[in-house]
Amino acid sequence: MAKILGGITSSHIPAIGNAIERELFEDPYWKPFFDGYPRVHRWLEEQQPDVAVVIYNDHGLNFFLDKMPTFSIGAAPEYRNADEGWGIKPIPSFRGDPELSWHLIESLVADEFDVTSCQEMLVDHGFTVPMSLMWPDFSYSKVKVIPVCVNTVQHPLPTPARCYKFGQAIGRALESYARDSRVVILGTGGLSHQLDGERAGFINKEFDLMCMEKIVDRPQELTGYSIHDLVRLAGAQGAELIMWLAMRGALTGKVRQLHSNYHIPISNTASGLLLLENGTG
Amino acid sequence: MQGINHEQPIPGTTIFDGEMAMKGYALNKMCYSFNRAEAREEFLADQGAYCDKFGLSAAQKQAILEKQVLDLIAEGGNIYYLAKFAGIFGLNVQDVGAQQTGLSVEEFKAKLLRAGE
Repeated sequence: MAKILGGITSSHIPAIGNAIERELFEDPYWKPFFDGYPRVHRWLEEQQPDVAVVIYNDHGLNFFLDKMPTFSIGAAPEYRNADEGWGIKPIPSFRGDPELSWHLIESLVADEFDVTSCQEMLVDHGFTVPMSLMWPDFSYSKVKVIPVCVNTVQHPLPTPARCYKFGQAIGRALESYARDSRVVILGTGGLSHQLDGERAGFINKEFDLMCMEKIVDRPQELTGYSIHDLVRLAGAQGAELIMWLAMRGALTGKVRQLHSNYHIPISNTASGLLLLENGTG
Repeated sequence: MQGINHEQPIPGTTIFDGEMAMKGYALNKMCYSFNRAEAREEFLADQGAYCDKFGLSAAQKQAILEKQVLDLIAEGGNIYYLAKFAGIFGLNVQDVGAQQTGLSVEEFKAKLLRAGE
């Protein structure tokens, strides 16, 4: 069966992609952010996952408003990025795992999560930035990926409680997989930020730090918030916390925090990073 | 349309719900097309004609020609698609944030830095 090694949450701000391309790792603005990641690199090196399940949101690359699935899962042998409107360059493609994708799709639908399956799926910065942060220099080719996309573009968005349960269903599905596979779960996006309106630039450090603490041992306490609460407390795009909750739901074992980093600001956003081990017993 | 969102409004924030998604459909569809470089070039060659091609309303077209982000949001624009429009002019989310809040870009960046204190 698949073994869920742990979960990692990370912000996915497009500017990070530019900073990686320009190798600004020691730049005073970027250093406090990038310095959070070597601990994660060491853990991934120790754990040697075969597969990364990446729970993220599309920002208008793969999906438009003509068809907007709430939860969708890639079932392709390969995934590519593409220009998102400001000239993002192609990077090496990501290897899929269609067999595990279809197992997840079948298990989730049987478990009453009626996901949209995607045999073609472009992945945007919500996916590529965290993958590039976890596996630098395009070394992500060593893992296969399962993109799991959550609608955060068009309201109604799925509630935090629903996303947590969705993650739990992903965890159950992975554990019922017949093949041996070492899996890491990524939850991307957040933390507090707002890009639109007169309230642009809104950041809530106190709320973010509370969420980063509670999601480790008491995630249920975060599932009582509505999406509207998250928009009010964390900003319009701070609702991306739902991907963190889905990640946390998928950790079925004894969860222990191995590392965290929080930094304000990266672009318009409070960036957060968590490394959680999914232990046995 | 009868609104279905009965939550308390959040000042300075537009929830992009079904009502706004219908209102802004043509505008967002045009901005979605800007994922392609050829579309961006076609737009820059004749901005008004490109707006007409997508059937933008007069108010949406005016807001595009004047690059007024708050007006674009009021007309149903979604920030993720509008970011592609802003990108054509080399404007990032901090430039867009500054315009919406009436601050200079430096003032807007300083406001973000203060949030970390």
